[in-house]
Amino acid sequence: MNILISGGRVIDPAQGIDRVTDLYVSNGQISAIDNAPEGFQPDEVIDARGQVVCPGLIDLCAHVREPGYTQKGTIARETAAAASGGITTLVTPPSTRPIVDTPAVAELIQDRAAEHGLARVLPMGALTQGLGGEQLAPMHALAGSGCIAFTNTRKPVTSTLVLLRALEYAATHDLLVIFQAQDGWLSAHGCMHDGATCTRLGLNGIPEAAETIEVARCLMLVEQTGVRAHFGQLSCEHSVRLIDAARSRGLRVSADVSIQNLLLTDEAVDGFNADYHLMPPLRSPLDRAGLRQGLVTDTLQAICSDHQPHEAIAKQAPFAATEPGISNLETLLPLCLQLVDQQLLGMSQLIEKLTLGPARILDLDEGTLEIGTRADVCIFDPEQRWTLRAEQMRSGGHNTPFLNRELKGQVTTTLLGGQVVFRR
Amino acid sequence: MSESTTPEQIQLTADGQLRHFLTTEGLPKALLTEILDTADSFADMSEQQVKKVPLLRGKTVVNLFFEASTRTLSTFELAAKRLSADVLNLNISTSSTKKGETLKDTLMTMHAMHSDMFVVRHSDSGAAHFIASQVTPDVAVINAGDGRHAHPTQAMLDMLTIRRHKGDFAPLRVAIVGDILHSRVARSQIHALRTLGAGEIRVIAPLTLLPRHIESMGVKVYTDMSSGLRDVDVIMMLRLQKERMESALLPSESEFYKLYGLTNDKLAYAHPEAIVMHPGPINRGVEIESAVADGPRSVILNQVTNGIAVRMAVMSMAVSGQQAQRTQNQENDR
Repeated sequence: MNILISGGRVIDPAQGIDRVTDLYVSNGQISAIDNAPEGFQPDEVIDARGQVVCPGLIDLCAHVREPGYTQKGTIARETAAAASGGITTLVTPPSTRPIVDTPAVAELIQDRAAEHGLARVLPMGALTQGLGGEQLAPMHALAGSGCIAFTNTRKPVTSTLVLLRALEYAATHDLLVIFQAQDGWLSAHGCMHDGATCTRLGLNGIPEAAETIEVARCLMLVEQTGVRAHFGQLSCEHSVRLIDAARSRGLRVSADVSIQNLLLTDEAVDGFNADYHLMPPLRSPLDRAGLRQGLVTDTLQAICSDHQPHEAIAKQAPFAATEPGISNLETLLPLCLQLVDQQLLGMSQLIEKLTLGPARILDLDEGTLEIGTRADVCIFDPEQRWTLRAEQMRSGGHNTPFLNRELKGQVTTTLLGGQVVFRR
Repeated sequence: MSESTTPEQIQLTADGQLRHFLTTEGLPKALLTEILDTADSFADMSEQQVKKVPLLRGKTVVNLFFEASTRTLSTFELAAKRLSADVLNLNISTSSTKKGETLKDTLMTMHAMHSDMFVVRHSDSGAAHFIASQVTPDVAVINAGDGRHAHPTQAMLDMLTIRRHKGDFAPLRVAIVGDILHSRVARSQIHALRTLGAGEIRVIAPLTLLPRHIESMGVKVYTDMSSGLRDVDVIMMLRLQKERMESALLPSESEFYKLYGLTNDKLAYAHPEAIVMHPGPINRGVEIESAVADGPRSVILNQVTNGIAVRMAVMSMAVSGQQAQRTQNQENDR
């Protein structure tokens, strides 16, 4: 199967490519750029004029809800949503039911994803058994079954000794640990940023310290153990500064941020709109500015969707009783393109945060269009305006504040391993 | 819920009449004044032989209480009856929710009973907003207290009490004392006082009982009574829940009383004609000394009386707002 993607603006940050040219795909791999390889006969020509052609997006945090929470989302639906959003690789947290603390669950998730063949799903394994924060999960076995990294999600590892040992054990096997830093005590019962809006609404706040204290604690232990570490979905300006200082000291740490925390602030919660109930919470304009700055200085190397689909009823209750999160796979790219329109990032820089950046964090040979790599390709029209409609969403969750809003930038074709898995 | 709705949008009809009463925040001064004026006329009426008016005849008011209450529930009931409404009291804290029924399911059941007004108390902040967003357009929702967010009828009966004793709000210094953090009453009082133009609003509490950004609501923060009460005209005490000791917010009741309990000694810091208020029920010897609670400056019992008048005012205004909205909708449909 040979595919010619013709006349698009090909952007590949890994190779420093940003030009209008042709891209050639043969037998599931990128086979040439600019000029056809010898004897190339296209079975299909994709006309990409006026569109951007880039590596398939890699999303560092997307809940697929299966197994266990299929009323919210399924691997079939969420990978279909991913494909329609140009995302070819999803990293999914271990908080399924059962939790990903046995190889069987990790394998089940990957098998289901392979069965549907719309996006690759890489499970994160639990750092501790049952995410209970007491006993170590069998990390070596889990890694053998395809777990790409290990995390205790936002569930606390209360004992610092257990945390230290978990990191030592992960370091023993050179495994990546991902922190979703949140202090259990300071965030208990909290449902939004502890700011002026929270004060007025009389909701339980989550102070910045709930994140920064845990970031600081984890950094100290990362320094001691030398484990490969990544911080996911930071929400506070001060956390960015902590990561920056650690990197300056030479620590091997990376960090990402969700697009919602780059665009929105806690003021959106006014009026108790549960669509803005997120975890981590939307924070102050100051925090948002700090996160945006962190993106520019490359303290934050990736942007993720933090996709958390829910069934309708999960959002139909008084604010604190609703479940947090937004369904975001189908909006990740158009929302990210706002950063280009706002002149925070250039187009190529943005693509890097969605492809090469996350690939490097995960130590994957992906996120590039280099010759010989697997042909995961996203083709999108950066100018196309469209409106997000619930009935057209592929994800099981329609919980997003961007419903019925006009967005700019739409994926037209997605290739996974050289196969067209989505075409508009 | 769809777009984020500001408090005034959800509470008012297209032409600015009250249709739900969820919070004192964002309502225009004229409307708060109208509530007080209407309540004043009902207050005079309650001193007469026949205490009933037919404003809500044929209407059904459902008191939906998801949180236990005696005095708020009974004053709402009395207010509805004096307006000639049929009243149904539902104490849901002990029944459906324990069986796993969601708030939405409970609402749909209540809906099928075709009532005209829900008076709602719930332990979650935002519950009244949520209910108002779910009911059909011809049902009025009155917030009788949601979590720590708002208790607007309590705040308005406090405003009525202040106005009846002090007249104009502009020259007044008002201090709110005690557990501001957990208080829906304090939040509603602050919004109402600001809108009505009170000269200065102070809060007095230890930092553990103050929301982190309380000054953003337009109040001055004091942590001690001697400077906080200096020259104030109105002292609004708040109830201190016993659970606060267990969550490490305070060392002991006695230490709180020593520092923040309103005693005659501390009352001496205030203006000589200052009035003392409390939303009740009072904890004698915890936040207030008996001699003050029962003393000549206390207007605590006036507050209770004014509570009935204010609730009558709000209920009658919301029902006529709903009717106006319905007429308008019908005209638009034509």
